[in-house]
Amino acid sequence: MRVFALPSMSLRFVPVWRRNLLVWRKLAVPSLLGNLADPLIYVLGLGYGLGSMLPQVGGVPYIAFLAAGMVCSSTMNSATFEAMYSAFSRMHVQRTWDAIMNAPLDLDDVVLAELVWAASKSVLSGAAILAVVWLLGLTHSLLSLWVLALVPLVGLAFGALALAVTAMARSYDFFMYYFTLVITPMSLLCGVFFPIDQLPATFQAIAAFLPLTHAVAIARPLLLGEIPGYAALHVLVLLAYAAAGFYAASVLFRRRLLK
Amino acid sequence: MAVLAASGLRKSYGGEEVVAGVSFGIAPGECFGLLGPNGAGKTTTLRLCLGLVDPDGGSIELMQRPVPGEARRARVRVGVVPQMDNLDPDFTVEENLLVYGRYFSLPERTIRERIPPLLEFAGLAARAASRIQTLSGGMKRRLTLARALINDPDLIFMDEPTTGLDPQARHLIWERLKQLLAQGKTIVLTTHFMEEAERLCARLAIMDRGLPSVMKRPRSSSHGTSSRTWSRSTGTASRPGPGGRRFRSPPGSREAATPCSATRRIPRRCSRASRDGPNCAICTGPRISKTSS
Repeated sequence: MRVFALPSMSLRFVPVWRRNLLVWRKLAVPSLLGNLADPLIYVLGLGYGLGSMLPQVGGVPYIAFLAAGMVCSSTMNSATFEAMYSAFSRMHVQRTWDAIMNAPLDLDDVVLAELVWAASKSVLSGAAILAVVWLLGLTHSLLSLWVLALVPLVGLAFGALALAVTAMARSYDFFMYYFTLVITPMSLLCGVFFPIDQLPATFQAIAAFLPLTHAVAIARPLLLGEIPGYAALHVLVLLAYAAAGFYAASVLFRRRLLK
Repeated sequence: MAVLAASGLRKSYGGEEVVAGVSFGIAPGECFGLLGPNGAGKTTTLRLCLGLVDPDGGSIELMQRPVPGEARRARVRVGVVPQMDNLDPDFTVEENLLVYGRYFSLPERTIRERIPPLLEFAGLAARAASRIQTLSGGMKRRLTLARALINDPDLIFMDEPTTGLDPQARHLIWERLKQLLAQGKTIVLTTHFMEEAERLCARLAIMDRGLPSVMKRPRSSSHGTSSRTWSRSTGTASRPGPGGRRFRSPPGSREAATPCSATRRIPRRCSRASRDGPNCAICTGPRISKTSS
């Protein structure tokens, strides 16, 4: 059955990615501000505000602890937003996908382009926060440069999951379910704002399966100047979420658009 | 060698058969029309031919490639003007053409070279840098047509190209389509305007409720066809046979004795004509001669 076939991946997605890039360039400044402002406020507000009341957290000042979490969290939010609201606008409201598929491009090419684009936008987000981290002197290690390699992987994982949600959405309102039931809980359970071992055992067990946990488990040691333990495992979990999400999105989009 | 050949196409949605056994062959350089009311299955037939949906039955060959198996490759030489404009609202007129050309893996220089003549063709040369929102409906449709030509296609699908346009805009589009036909391009268009079909199409098929009911040549009679099967076109117009006329003759005249090839009845005895009155789409259209040419 064509619906369940593995998605074909080819460089045909590139012109679609370029199209999105061209649109973004026209709106680059407000977009960058938006990507940067939110996590920056969290880092500064909570980092200095709470941080001044807290002893060291995880062996470092709270603001340094938090910054690592915010890099991952902002990457997640950016990729999710792009693969949901923006992709839905293109697919359903503007009918851009229909126009593209009248050309010699398949639905698989369009979905792959959307995924890579969501990951690309999230790289901007994560990199911007990382730059702030450096500027504030919250990290002193060259290992922190590896976070730039982590960020696209996180973007792919969450972009893929979000695309699967977009494939099921009838309207923008549907996305609230995903934010409320998945994204927000993940932000609180996965070690972004406080160490996971503060959670009850059950929640720690749940957190172990969530992709954000694995992202933070790589980012935080790197920013603190240590090599993450079980790095390969964490990377594999993120890759697995990216692959599973992409496959689910492909199947769901085919069922939705190719009937 | 047909640019598009369909045989026994079937498609159902939710238990209802939307396309119920459509077959046709289209020769290069021809303008072929699918005429019918809304809901007749015209757009679905187009989407089947493009490989955008899978048929429940039947086979399609587009540019001599099987569809949907090789649909994507077949679309390299195809242009599509959809019913709803799906231009990029974030881009200018020129950027829309540029971005679309990239989807065909055309070299950047080739695309940029093609844009000015296309804008000229569409009458939008002065609006190259305009945002889409500032264009009128007719301009957007012309831009969509220009966009469909960026890859210099051999075959162009047009889904209701002039629906929603004012008369002047419609005439502009018709002129452009005639120019394209004069260049040797093949056009398949769907419409619910009889006038448009007769103006542009060498052959047309009337569809109703998923079924093609009759295949006609608007200005001359065609060879005889049965109501459910279609014959391949040779691309040449046949000479008018006896009884082949453009308009329905008054009942009682000799010409009215020529049977309608769909219902096989003479009009004044046809239950369809008596039900639908003199406005039965079959008999008020061009008449069909029973004899083969």
